Amino acid sequence: MNSDELQSSAAEELRLCASVPRRVQVCDDTGCRATGSQLVRQSLEDAAKARGANVRIEGTSCCGFCARGPIIISRPDDTIFAEVTVEQAPLIIGGEAPVATEATVSGSRPVTILPADLPFFARQTRIIMANAGEIDPQRIESYVAAGGYRALERALHEMTPQQVVDAIAQSGLRGRGGAGFPTGVKWGLVARTDSDQKFVVCNGDEGDPGAFMNRAVMEGDPHLVLEGMAIAGYAVGASQGYVYVRGEYPIAVERLRKAIHQAERQGFLGSRVFDTSFQFRIDIRIGAGAFVCGEETALIASIQGGRGAPHPRPPYPAQSGLWGKPTLINNVETLAAVSAIIDHGPEWYARLGTEKSKGTKVFALAGKITNTGLVEVPFGITLREVIYEIGGGIPDGHAFKAVQTGGPSGGCIPEQFLDMPIDYDSLARVGSIIGSGGMIVMDETSCMVDVARFYMDFCMSESCGKCIPCRAGTVQAYRILDRISRGNANLDDLARLESLCEYMQKASLCGLGQTAPNSVVSTLRYFRDEYLSHIVEHVCPAGVCDLSQTRPFMRSEGVS
Amino acid sequence: MLKITATRASALGTAREPIDKRQRMVDGALKKNQYRQDALIEVLHTVQSIYGYLTDEHLWYVAQQLKLPPSQVYGVATFYNFFTLKPPGEHTVVVCHGTACFIKDSRAITAALEQRFGIKPGETTSDGQLSLSIARCLGSCSLAPTAIVDGVVHGRTTPDTFVALVEAAISQNESKELTSKADGMP
Repeated sequence: MNSDELQSSAAEELRLCASVPRRVQVCDDTGCRATGSQLVRQSLEDAAKARGANVRIEGTSCCGFCARGPIIISRPDDTIFAEVTVEQAPLIIGGEAPVATEATVSGSRPVTILPADLPFFARQTRIIMANAGEIDPQRIESYVAAGGYRALERALHEMTPQQVVDAIAQSGLRGRGGAGFPTGVKWGLVARTDSDQKFVVCNGDEGDPGAFMNRAVMEGDPHLVLEGMAIAGYAVGASQGYVYVRGEYPIAVERLRKAIHQAERQGFLGSRVFDTSFQFRIDIRIGAGAFVCGEETALIASIQGGRGAPHPRPPYPAQSGLWGKPTLINNVETLAAVSAIIDHGPEWYARLGTEKSKGTKVFALAGKITNTGLVEVPFGITLREVIYEIGGGIPDGHAFKAVQTGGPSGGCIPEQFLDMPIDYDSLARVGSIIGSGGMIVMDETSCMVDVARFYMDFCMSESCGKCIPCRAGTVQAYRILDRISRGNANLDDLARLESLCEYMQKASLCGLGQTAPNSVVSTLRYFRDEYLSHIVEHVCPAGVCDLSQTRPFMRSEGVS
Repeated sequence: MLKITATRASALGTAREPIDKRQRMVDGALKKNQYRQDALIEVLHTVQSIYGYLTDEHLWYVAQQLKLPPSQVYGVATFYNFFTLKPPGEHTVVVCHGTACFIKDSRAITAALEQRFGIKPGETTSDGQLSLSIARCLGSCSLAPTAIVDGVVHGRTTPDTFVALVEAAISQNESKELTSKADGMP
């Protein structure tokens, strides 16, 4: 296939879409499925059939507003219906819906229509999620019509591999998996390493509890990931790629499998891609539930069929990765940004964001926030804008207490930093990280000691057990935190906890152990008084912890 | 030592489906992966999806076929949370304890289930009806707290509604249809 054929194929699909007077798109993401979108879709299809309406009903990707699911979008009028029930579905088909705008909806019956200028949508800048709620993830034609595979075609026909690497470097793209390493530098390292075989690995082992943007991309726009991988393969000289998908994401696996098959049939993957000498195959590897496999050396061990235990670096995977060959490992979101950068040019991408953090980032808003879901914003936007303007603030009249970013490796950011811009360096300064982009908002009903204990429990059970600082350190830290939350700790324990955290940060083998103490360190930094009130006064200020079993001698010690 | 004995082979098929068919599916997966040692995790995924769990005999068989030390196969099977060496119950319930669900008090749901069915996470009721487990994150954080009954994800659950859902699933084997209705559209 060449550039003209690609264009005509896109035009054909657009013509096909225009030939139907109306298209109704039903969100087919895990989130909307859990609120019953499959049943609603069935009801829509039944209604269309019964009325003989000339409507095409199709699935679409997650538009991000999971809080208001199931979401249904009507084209070409672009009406977004929210919280659609099975009973309401025929009204949408009939066009006789007793519609109400957001403001007048009370109770349930009128179909809720989301205004197009809703801040949740209007304040976002979508690159990774550009196709969200637009295309049918299961049809390659739909992706091609949205401009898909154009970047791969351009890279292969108009650019040398070195030019692709340079473009990524110029764009300022940094790794979206957590560490924020410059992507162009990584690509350059792999490209420069001489080898008969190289690999590209897409890290879709989204283990951070509270983050789900990679799932949404893999489920909702699988070809975007494949295209990014193919461009990466061309740039670094690899002929084989692997997508490592979390075992908890069966729909993502199914969609990716289908997408690979479709792309191979179209000649976008396989041998002689776009009639060039470039060949690139992609296989799927399914994870089996281990957080540590997000670490790149552990990921390699897992793809090779072993236990996901990391090994010391160097050598870095860029030099010696899968089967000892140079391997490029990038997060789903990093690879998903590639085709837009090649398509629109690195300067266009670099204009977004801040000086050191370019482009956009998808954040998963969850916890005590009104508009839960996925939002894509340029770096440099403030936390307040994301949480209050896009996220709609804290529900039920509660007060903001902290926002946890970066998952188990991140930290809690208190209210005084709400006006801080979101970028890699600002978050690092206040003791947290961007991480994979999870943002869990907490109100005054969350106890920070309890939160720290939760994360330490997570790290304790996910530690692979290879190095002692992590294996034993997480257990001991958890025990101390558990004692604090029960009122059975003293100030010596707190000092012990702090020095233990330092040991773990300095001596652990991989990122899991090195960052496991972060939740403790950051909560101690901003919420030390909560720890002290558990220890000294035997009171949980948030009323979460059960201190009824506090040992009597602890009480007397606290008083004295 | 690696050789699989006749009794071990026969133990591969004990329940519902006839031995041949299930055995053939396992062999098919091995063949599809060209008996490559790095396909161990894929093969174990297949075996578990066919039999519901992994027995010693399964692990021995896979080790022999892939020419891997049994210790490595056992090591992998016990390292990953997905693999289970114990038979699951007729119905499986997974409660998400990811951060978003934790903040929205998914512990209360687990506690309610523990109290109602008398089992702890990782256990199965004595009548083999229900297994309870905990997930680290189901990736549906915007609908927290979430939980799965027999493969169907339910969002915005409460202890009471979820226990009722599980009870309904147990009392009627047509759980999928029922629960999606009982879950209630918003």
